[in-house]
Amino acid sequence: MTAARGTGTPTPGPGPTAPRVVTGRLLRTRSGSLSLLVRSRAVAVTAALLAALVAVMAVTLTTGDFDLSVGEVARALAGDGSGIADFVVNTLRMPRLVTALCVGAALAVSGAILQSLTGNPLGSPDIIGFTNGSAVGALVVIVLLHGSMTQIAIGALIGGLATALAVHLLMLGRGIQGFRLVVVGIGVSALLLAVNSYLITRATFQEALEAQAWLIGSLGNRLWTHAQAIGLAVAVLLPLALFLSRRLAMVEMGDTTAMALGVDVPRTRTLLLVISVALAAFATAVTGPIWFVALAAPQVARRLTRSSGPALLPSALMGAVMLAVSDLAVQRLFAPALLPVGTATGCVGGIYLVCLLVTESRKSRA
Amino acid sequence: MTAPPSPGPRLRAEDLTLCYDQRTVATGLAVDIPDHSFTVIVGPNACGKSTLLTALARMLKPREGQVYLDGAAIASYRSREVARRLGLLPQSSTAPGGITVGDLVARGRYPHQGLLRQWSADDDTAVVEAMRQTGVLELADRPVDDLSGGQRQRVWLSMVLAQQTPILLLDEPTTYLDIAHQVEVLDLCARLHARDGHTIVAVLHDLNQACRYATHLVVMRPGGVIAAEGDPSTVMTAALVEDVFGLPCRIIDDPETGTPLMVPAAPRRYAPAPAGTAAAPTT
Repeated sequence: MTAARGTGTPTPGPGPTAPRVVTGRLLRTRSGSLSLLVRSRAVAVTAALLAALVAVMAVTLTTGDFDLSVGEVARALAGDGSGIADFVVNTLRMPRLVTALCVGAALAVSGAILQSLTGNPLGSPDIIGFTNGSAVGALVVIVLLHGSMTQIAIGALIGGLATALAVHLLMLGRGIQGFRLVVVGIGVSALLLAVNSYLITRATFQEALEAQAWLIGSLGNRLWTHAQAIGLAVAVLLPLALFLSRRLAMVEMGDTTAMALGVDVPRTRTLLLVISVALAAFATAVTGPIWFVALAAPQVARRLTRSSGPALLPSALMGAVMLAVSDLAVQRLFAPALLPVGTATGCVGGIYLVCLLVTESRKSRA
Repeated sequence: MTAPPSPGPRLRAEDLTLCYDQRTVATGLAVDIPDHSFTVIVGPNACGKSTLLTALARMLKPREGQVYLDGAAIASYRSREVARRLGLLPQSSTAPGGITVGDLVARGRYPHQGLLRQWSADDDTAVVEAMRQTGVLELADRPVDDLSGGQRQRVWLSMVLAQQTPILLLDEPTTYLDIAHQVEVLDLCARLHARDGHTIVAVLHDLNQACRYATHLVVMRPGGVIAAEGDPSTVMTAALVEDVFGLPCRIIDDPETGTPLMVPAAPRRYAPAPAGTAAAPTT
């Protein structure tokens, strides 16, 4: 592997060829069959986020009602911890942590894709109705069908996907571009919220309690089955999204430009939309609606990396860190009260949304 | 190239029926783009000239008929393959926020790249060469957002040039530019055409610019019908302009180039009024 250096300023490139004007560092094999363009800032941000991720994991696993040393946690994870450490780590803390990380990553990537496809920072699954759609699906199962946890999750999944389909149909074949999608989505979202309220009025007291508990997204009492479900979804869908991210960056320049550059735009859009909706629906199915991670994480990641593209990997890490930190905060700061993580992300995200709307409206007035 | 030996030009359209938003823009439209020509398409608003260009670039699927590229139906190619032979500068594109000029031009290399082969030595050469031709090389590190309209258009043009296609389609490349930048962009196109033998097809609004730069002029009338095509000096007549645009005019020789220059006729009622009186119609 030879590493040629290229910086922003035109410096002599390899051989007698021209100076390099693209930003980033080039990794290229001698034969040229493998060449990667890496932006050092994105790498630095990714590394920092990974470090933050490890730190959050360490704090989450070692502290709490029952303090453990790093060594004890490591032994428990390796499978030869003491009985109590094994229980605390492998049954209480780890499934909840893994669920938080995967749900955070899923929501963030879902938001990053949707914001990129719509070209609008408000185009995220929680704003344009997919999350409320999942909630309707779950409430139907809780209130009308009295289903199990698994059935509630399946209901949420179906609800989210059906909402995406409905929004798509309401666009009357005009694709899923821009402001129009956001406006249609907000309308659908409001409608679904009304359906949710109606369903709760139909419920018995017990059902209403269960529904309410589900409606405030929570990571409490998550088991390995939850972690596995969302983990599998992320393991399949995230690599697919990363594979398509170069095309997504092209689509951001407009459909015509992307098509002129050889991107199969309709197929790319459909594939990415399905991935985005599926990620959001799986995440919501596992934890209930968690607001604002999908909205904020991709934007923060994009600003940190100063990326001109969708920055899916940093977004995923940012979402994972955000949700894990939020969950840690509600567990430790408000103990012994059992505050659901949705309240934390709701508070932080609400402030973020206000800032976003203010800057956006200032921009559109300019 | 894998093209079978065909007597026709590399890019042609046969019997096109074009529809846009349920509205039929053209029927039975046939056009040949002569190889190595600088073809300019002109016509009144909504006559379907941009629609024809988008169909030639396979952005719009014809209801009937076919566009042929190198002897095969353009729809039968993979998108990436078309993008290596034919470049399009659309009327509007969105520059991703914060992107530098160099990075944007580099995106023109997309059809030549793969997931594992993201940047080759050819890419470096093509991008720098494209930026040199349009004179934006010294802007390489600037964010595209900071540029003026004229600079930005040259950057987009470099992106299409970096694609290194033998055929270039330009959809109203001078829109939103002031007159100096319009001339600059058209001079650049003429230079590319003359020096590198690119086949260029452009949609333009200004008849005089069209006549000055085109080696092949296509005049369309409303309804997507080709009224005349050929060398501008033979095609451009006062009768044709009156017929197609409904504008009485005179055609004189451009004092700079000798190409046809269209001067709209002045209606008598706009003749200057005698001093001291209101500008009233002098009927």
